[in-house]
Amino acid sequence: MASSYSIRDSLVNSPIREERNLFNIDPTLFISLVLLCTIGLAVLYSATSGEMAAITRQSIRFALGFAVLIFLAQIPAKELARWSPWLYLLGIALLLVVMMIGYSGKGAQRWIDLGVVRFQPSELLKIFLPMMVAWYFSEKPMPPTIPQIFIALIIIAIPAGLVLTQPDLGTALLIAFAGICVIFLAGITWRLLAVFGGIALASMPVFWFYLHDYQRQRILTMLNPESDPLGTGYHIIQSKIAIGSGGVYGKGWLNGTQSQLDFIPERSTDFIFAVFSEEFGFLGVVLLLCAYGFIVMRGLTIAARAKNTYSRLLAGSLSLSFFAYFLVNIGMVSGLLPVVGVPLPLISYGGTSAVTLLAAFGILMSIHSHRKFLSY
Amino acid sequence: MKKNPIYSMRRVFLLSLFVIGLGGLFVRSVYLQLFEHEFLEEEGKARHLRVVEIPAHRGMILDRNGELLAVSTPIYSVWANPLEALQSHKAIRNVSLILNMDADSLIKKLQSKKNRQFLYVKRHIGPQQAEKLKQLGSGGIHLKREYRRYYPTAEVASHVLGFTGIDDNGLEGVELAYEKWLQGRSGAKKVIKDSYSRIVEDVEAMSIPEPGKDMVLSIDKRIQYIAYRELKAKLSKHRAKSASAVLLDAKTGEVLAMANAPSFNPNNRKGYSRGTYRNRAVTDVYEPGSTIKPFTIAAALESQRYTQNTIIHTAPGKYKIGEFTIRDHKNYGSLTVSEIILKSSNVGATKIAQTIPAQELWSTFSSIGIGHSTESGFPGEVSGHLKSFHDWHKVEHATMSYGYGMSTTSLQLARAYAVLASGGKLLPVSMLRKSDEELKNQQKIPAIFSPQTVDKVVTMLTAVVSSEGTGSRAAIPGYSVAGKTGTVHKSAKGGYEEDKYISVFAGMAPASDPQLVLVVMVDQPSSGMYFGGEVAAPIFSKIMGGALRILNISPDKVPLQAHVEPAQDHAG
Repeated sequence: MASSYSIRDSLVNSPIREERNLFNIDPTLFISLVLLCTIGLAVLYSATSGEMAAITRQSIRFALGFAVLIFLAQIPAKELARWSPWLYLLGIALLLVVMMIGYSGKGAQRWIDLGVVRFQPSELLKIFLPMMVAWYFSEKPMPPTIPQIFIALIIIAIPAGLVLTQPDLGTALLIAFAGICVIFLAGITWRLLAVFGGIALASMPVFWFYLHDYQRQRILTMLNPESDPLGTGYHIIQSKIAIGSGGVYGKGWLNGTQSQLDFIPERSTDFIFAVFSEEFGFLGVVLLLCAYGFIVMRGLTIAARAKNTYSRLLAGSLSLSFFAYFLVNIGMVSGLLPVVGVPLPLISYGGTSAVTLLAAFGILMSIHSHRKFLSY
Repeated sequence: MKKNPIYSMRRVFLLSLFVIGLGGLFVRSVYLQLFEHEFLEEEGKARHLRVVEIPAHRGMILDRNGELLAVSTPIYSVWANPLEALQSHKAIRNVSLILNMDADSLIKKLQSKKNRQFLYVKRHIGPQQAEKLKQLGSGGIHLKREYRRYYPTAEVASHVLGFTGIDDNGLEGVELAYEKWLQGRSGAKKVIKDSYSRIVEDVEAMSIPEPGKDMVLSIDKRIQYIAYRELKAKLSKHRAKSASAVLLDAKTGEVLAMANAPSFNPNNRKGYSRGTYRNRAVTDVYEPGSTIKPFTIAAALESQRYTQNTIIHTAPGKYKIGEFTIRDHKNYGSLTVSEIILKSSNVGATKIAQTIPAQELWSTFSSIGIGHSTESGFPGEVSGHLKSFHDWHKVEHATMSYGYGMSTTSLQLARAYAVLASGGKLLPVSMLRKSDEELKNQQKIPAIFSPQTVDKVVTMLTAVVSSEGTGSRAAIPGYSVAGKTGTVHKSAKGGYEEDKYISVFAGMAPASDPQLVLVVMVDQPSSGMYFGGEVAAPIFSKIMGGALRILNISPDKVPLQAHVEPAQDHAG
């Protein structure tokens, strides 16, 4: 893999190729994303049993997302770096607003109702936080010192903690993950990483103590779903059955019995992968993994080729976050990881997530497109 | 910066993380979709492919004219998968509100049966409730289509028909006796169900339900109604414990009506004691008393030792056999054989019996079916009792002649009278309408008594219903009636109860060519009257009169006061 990329690197790096990118859009990445969104709409159509209202709403979100993507691609990373602290503060403020006047749904307070749309400020932090951490490290000599790392951890802990109180463990973990990625990419020493890893492991029992009952239950269920087949294990058992029934070729679009007969809970949102797997089978799953893998690889390549610290850290973190999203979602739906509320990127039904994901790719494209002019 | 080993190591680390992560998902997909595919597909099918029972329709019960006596109608029952249902207590509350049940006890019940897959919540709910539940469509609580038995005649024929249990299986009466015939075989079909257990699609029929077969009884609903109505009315009038009536077709042996009072409503059995369910006409025995005397006389005539005009001295109205004294109602003096029947003289019957060997007397009683079950197939039917003549004491030999010391059911007594009505044949009685073939075969049954004996006895019985006989109140305008009263002391432990009687009337009409045989029995009338001629005979008149008219049987007695009957019939 590495060797093939090095050949591509030389191609992409050629100045001639550079000029061709229309509107600073990376064509392969853009096409992959469009493809993924198209698959997403098709699966959603099946998962909602052809509910056109949901398809329309999701299409509008994608359209909005691509608009944001194209818009952000035009903005040089230098500008983004400049806005980072303000956006971070805005994000924190919005989280506080949610805490006070937010809209509750499904037992958690996550949304702000703007009348026309509701959106989840925690989603914004998925971008704003790595921006902030990357900005914090951007003008410091690499690798960072231990006090710097501590400050970065505090920067991470504030929004992650706020999201955790909503309570939304999944998003909190993903936000924290995006921030920690930046620290990791910034060059934390392996020894220090090992220390932090050790602390994290050691604190797990304490963490367990602070978990909500339903969160603990989810972890226990992941370890042995059959222990409570009609209660919390139901989701996992049903989705495993749906995935497995897909077989090699799948049952065909709109023909998944488990999906269509409503045996998969949350089938249009978090568990949409089960619908996809049942209907498109092993081949479909491999293609989907390839598409996701390609997008992540492309993002990491952009990060590797970025010419300044901020761009590199941010691009790397956003790519890894995207990787984490689908890894966690598919892992959870197929019974490898505990059930945490992480949607399948660009396929699950859900507004804010789709827009912020595409926004992140806008930033990636901008970083790639503007790298020549951003050298410090 | 790029050349820094930390960062190149980092790349390798990230790349391997990437490969491990993606590889992990890939391997998981291989495992689930390729290796576990068959197992998981089966599991999936187990969730949506279900085999459901198609309940079979139970056969109808019809009367001899095709009138509906019992029919199964579709109805819904509510059942739950306890674990599924318990997922939402709110749904359970909604359901119990519709069903008028206590939600908390329902939840408790579901919790206690958690390991079960199927639990009835409520059986046989109303159609409106079912509609509401369908609209609610709550998970874990489902509707099941079943059949419920409905009896249009309600309490009129309940003892004959019996009833079915909640699962539509016969528990009593004809429903039980002919369970195999009536019960269908339920079928099965494979269906696709969604997660709410709603049937989305029928996949295939695995076996087609076989509906139960219909059954035609010999009962005539109209006569049955009259019989029950009369019994019910007189039961309260005489403040009796119970009453039974059995009406047979004299030519075929078919039961046209069999009624008991008190009765019960098989459509709603709440509040009835088990005793009420008994078809007393076949399950309860009593000593037939004087109603047996015609057969003693028949035995006497058959023995050639007597004619209807033979004189018997019954004075002074009592007769001592050892310690035991046999009494007549009053001192009748000298009586002809005919008059013994007319006056119902116990002393006369005893004196005749004493000249007939025990074996001969026993053989007569036995041949008319005393001590032998009618084999009607009715559940709980008893055969009554007739001691073997070897064991007869001298006193018993005497008392047997007027119906004490043996026991019969009303159905058996009716069958015995049908022997006289049918010209001497013991016809098999049946609750089912007999086929032409069966009727043809019946022709070959040999007669027990000679036609002359039968004629003479019937003539004597006709006199009983005349104005001077004990059974005058059994008379029916326009028809000649032949019959015999019976007033029996109820037997109790070690003897007889002084003031408890069974009042019986057994007879046939029209006497000139008997078509119908009827036995009416009233158990323990306690309003002062207790003689068979006072209590049972009027009921007989009503039921028999109604039946004759319903069956359009021509009157054989022109209702003219001046009409004189042939002289020899009034001999003595």
